Order: sequence, then structure tokens, then C-alpha cells
Amino acid sequence: MGSTNSTLLKIPNVEVLMQETGFSPAHIIRLHDRFKALDKEGRGHLCPHDFGAIKELAMNPIGDRIIGAFFSPGKETVDFHTFVKILAHFRPVDKDRPKEPNSPEPINSRSNKLKFAFQLYDQDKDGKISRDELLQVLRAMLGMQVTDEQLESIADRTIQEADLDRDDTISFEEFRKACKHKRFTMFRFCIRPGERKLMLTLCHWSSELQDQHEL
Amino acid sequence: MEGFWAVFFPVLRVWFTCLVVLIMLPAMFGISLGITETYMKILLKTLEWATHRIQRASRAEEILKRSASNGLIQRNDSSLEQEIEELRRNRPKSAERGDFTLSDVLYFSTRGIESIVEDDVTQRFTSEELVSWNLLTRTNNNFQYISLRLTVLWGVGVVVRYCILLPLRVKGWLSELVHLMCYRICARGLSATIHYHNKQNRPKRGGICVANHTSPIDVVILANDGCYAMVGQVHGGLMGVLQRAMERSCPHIWFERAEMRDRHLVTQRLRDHVNNKTKLPILIFPEGTCINNTSVMMFKKGSFEIGGTIYPVAIKYDPQFGDAFWNSSKYSMVSYLLRMMTSWAIVCNVWYLPPMTQEEGEDAVQFANRVKSTIAQQGGLVDLAWDGGLKRAKVKESFKEQQQKKYSHMVVGDDSSD
Repeated sequence: MGSTNSTLLKIPNVEVLMQETGFSPAHIIRLHDRFKALDKEGRGHLCPHDFGAIKELAMNPIGDRIIGAFFSPGKETVDFHTFVKILAHFRPVDKDRPKEPNSPEPINSRSNKLKFAFQLYDQDKDGKISRDELLQVLRAMLGMQVTDEQLESIADRTIQEADLDRDDTISFEEFRKACKHKRFTMFRFCIRPGERKLMLTLCHWSSELQDQHEL
Repeated sequence: MEGFWAVFFPVLRVWFTCLVVLIMLPAMFGISLGITETYMKILLKTLEWATHRIQRASRAEEILKRSASNGLIQRNDSSLEQEIEELRRNRPKSAERGDFTLSDVLYFSTRGIESIVEDDVTQRFTSEELVSWNLLTRTNNNFQYISLRLTVLWGVGVVVRYCILLPLRVKGWLSELVHLMCYRICARGLSATIHYHNKQNRPKRGGICVANHTSPIDVVILANDGCYAMVGQVHGGLMGVLQRAMERSCPHIWFERAEMRDRHLVTQRLRDHVNNKTKLPILIFPEGTCINNTSVMMFKKGSFEIGGTIYPVAIKYDPQFGDAFWNSSKYSMVSYLLRMMTSWAIVCNVWYLPPMTQEEGEDAVQFANRVKSTIAQQGGLVDLAWDGGLKRAKVKESFKEQQQKKYSHMVVGDDSSD
């Protein structure tokens, strides 16, 4: 009874956060609870060690990369705002959003979602996926189950298919085109008014919708 | 002012005497005056009414239907193979041979982000969320102000709980320390309504009783219906006092922390106890830690290696009346007890399950899992393979390798037919 408002007040700049990410107050509170639960020592920010404590994430082959996505280069901590902004990538695309030419692109646009996925490959953030970077991801996902030669042949084949300007790297545009014909499966937050729980569901998105809206 | 106190104290005295007569005496003799039952009925009716009001206010019928699980995320539970097939389905190229695609990474990243927002293990160590509000602020996460009547009712509830129920229970609790064998007084003190099912399967002497663990109160609940020998670590503080008190009544098996590491010693002592058919059945909680009563986690195989007959018991608390889960990292023992005594009541169901023994060709782990599923099924709990010890420890590398194996099968396994 009224505890929701008091929690919201404790979070600094919560209005700005809600506007930028599009989360509702209930969602922000849920995420804040989760943030506090992960921040076991109560420091007000998370470090890689806190993420590492999540068991299912430790089991994920690219778990460290996902954790890395939360930390900007050079920073060792994640505050609540950054945490929420990264998770906002996974909200569903707002289909009814009016197209204003001067407003910045929302975090959960298709383009930004693809950028997030691209960054999981492109660790040195030079805007291109080099052959080495591709090999690293493949090695992470496949572990010791394949030989080096098999790994190299897979990498070669992938670059051959996706690299259109023949510079032996995959740029963001080429990545986008390579994913164009795929059906994307990314989870999303379901926003329904008055709802008590955060509902996150997997949504399937067909390529026709994508072409119409964001590209 | 003085006149007020002069009147107040005799009233208080009369009040307490009434309570003693009406509650403690019958408890000592095991008779029920039916007061607790009436109290429960009134409580249920009130909570139903409160829920109704909240439902009306927030059009929440759909929430009740949807929240079968305790989870935050509605997950797609299909396997790795199915998901990646989905991702690849629209490929213009031939999809007969398995291959790597750039979008495969999306599957893993989705799973990763899902687990950051919510994971199966961590949520078992926090209190279960209720659909309806049971007028205790501690279970109120998201309910806003609904109506004046509800607030008044809540206010009355506070008064009742802190001024009437609490003093009652403190008195009752103190006497339990004095009368060691009178667990019934303690149970009444917590307004514990326990329904025992299948009493014919009650654990017998020389056996091992195995149950799922939610709080230290589990012990009280089980001990109310039979005498057990406890196994456990010697504790300091309040728990230590209780332990030493219990020691005087029944022969229990307490271990020093150092001894617990020597598994053979522990197993040997337990085996001796079990083989002596005149000794009381041992009570063991194989999960090793308190879980929040929505699931059963991995049973440690140690208890199942001793031999002897296992009597499984399923304990399920009704969360509407008070959350019995002890979050040991969040609350100390004393504050936990305080919370217990200011809840409405403790209502739980105890099912005694038929005895089980280790079968031919079954090792301890398989036996433990078999017992675990029986308990989970009876209690309506989720059967998880995760280790309760993960509350404090790390995940093993072998889990990651399993995922890698599965994925490589898809990518490379098909390629070999090239």
C-alpha cells in the first residue's frame, strides 16, 4: 500500500530512465529488486563477479560475453541505469511509434537489437567482425567438441557467405543483411496495464514486418 | 492518568488468565476447544473478502489464471535444438546439412539475458509471491491503496497481531523451553494447524525419515506427531540453546563442524544408530538448506548411503497465512521467529509416504532422485535437479560442457556427412 511510490523515489532520475527505456514503473521496480538481489554486498552497483554468481549464466557458453556487454570499455561497475538500459534492448518493438525524423532511435529498435548482437562478436569494437573474433565466438560456443580445422572451415564458410565487399571481415551492414532473411527469436517484455508481474515472452518476428518498419 | 493504569492492569491480568485457561491448559492435555478452528475460518473468510476487493479494483481475474508458476518470465521451454531450428528455418539456402549461422548467437544471448533477469535457482531462495495479498505488509510488493475499508481492516490486523497474538505466543514459547516434551504448546503458540495425512506410514524405529526443508519449524511440525532423533551441526546462539535443551529429552546426534567433513565418521555413527532397532527414527533434511517451499532441490546422497528404510515425508505450507520460509542470509534466527509469531498462523500439510528402500542395481544418487520425485509429486512442488548448495557455491564446469556438446552436434555433427 503505497510502497511502490517510495521505492520509485529512491531511484535517482527515474523519470528520465522510464522515458528513455519505455519501461513502466512496475517494471522498473521489478528490475530494481532484481538489481538489489544481485548486488549482494549492497554497494549500489554490480561488478562482473555478481553476474558470475548467477548459476544459469555460468552454464551459458557465451556467458562472459553477455556479462561483458553490460560493462562499457574501461568501466568495472554497472549502475542501475546502465543495467536497465541494456535490458531495454529486449523490449518488443513499438509498432505504433510515430516516425519523427528528429527524435533519437529508441533503445529497442530493430537496429539497436542487431547492434547488441553484433557487439557480442565484435569485442574490440572496431565496427567489424574479424576472422579471429569469429573464431573466438565459435570456440566459446563449441568448446572442445570440435577440432581446430573444423572450426577454421566453419569460420571461412561463414565469412564467404556474409562478406560482400571482400575485405575478409563482416561489417555491421553485412551482418544486418545476413540476418535479414532469418526469423528472429528474441525475448521481450510484455507490457499490459495494471499487471502485477513482469511478463517476458519469446516473440517470433517475420522478416516482412522488419522490412516495413526499421530498415 | 494513574486511574487509567489502575484499571488497566487488572484488566490485563484477567485477560491473560483467560488466555492461559483457554489455550494452554487444553494444549497440555491435547484437547481442542475448537477456538483455533473458528479463528481459522474467520481468517479465511476475511482474506477471501480482501482478495475480492483487490480483484475488483484492478481487474485482475486474468492474473489469477496466469500465475500458475512463481516465475517472472514466461519462458519458451523448448530445447536447444528446437530453438536453433526455428532461428534457421527461413534460410534461403538448403538446410539439410547442419551449419553455423551468425544468428545462432541469439539463442544463447536470449537465454543469458533471461537468466540475468530471473533464474530458477535464485528465486527459490526468496519468499514465494502470492497472488492475493494476505494483509501482511511483508508480502505486499505491488499492491497499491485500494479502499478505505481495506486500510482499516489492515490496521485492525496490525493491532490484533502485535498486541494480542504476539504476547500470547511469547508466553507460549517460553513455556515450551520449560516443558521440553510439550511440543504441542509450541504448536498452539504458533497457531499451527497441521494436517497429517496417511498416518499409517509414519516412520518407525530404526528407520530414516527424510523430508523437504523450508524452515526450522519443520522440526516442530514433525515432532508434534512423533519423536525423532535429530541429526545436525552444533550451533551457537539461540539455536544452540534449543539444541542443548532438546538433548536432555531424546538422544540426538549432534556433530562438531570439524567432524562433518569426515564423511565416513558421520556415516558410521548414523549407521550404528539405524541398526539399533530400539532407537528413534532419524530425521534428516537432505537438501541441506532452507528452500522456499515451491520446489524440492537436489537431495544429497549421503543420507541414502546409510542403508535402512527411508520414510519420505512431504511438508507443504499454506503461504496465505504466513510465510514460513527462513531466508538465513537475510534474517537472523530471532527476527525470523518474530516474523513467525506475528503472522496470522502456520498452516501446513504433512504427508507420510510409504517406506522406500534402495533397489538392486540402483546407486545412491538414483535412489535419492527417486525419493525426491515422490516427495515433490505428493507435495505439489517443482522437482529441480539443482543443488541447494548453489545458494553459496559455484556451478560446475561440466554443465557448460554439456551445452557446448549439444550445440556442436548441430553444427558439426551434420557436417560430417559432407
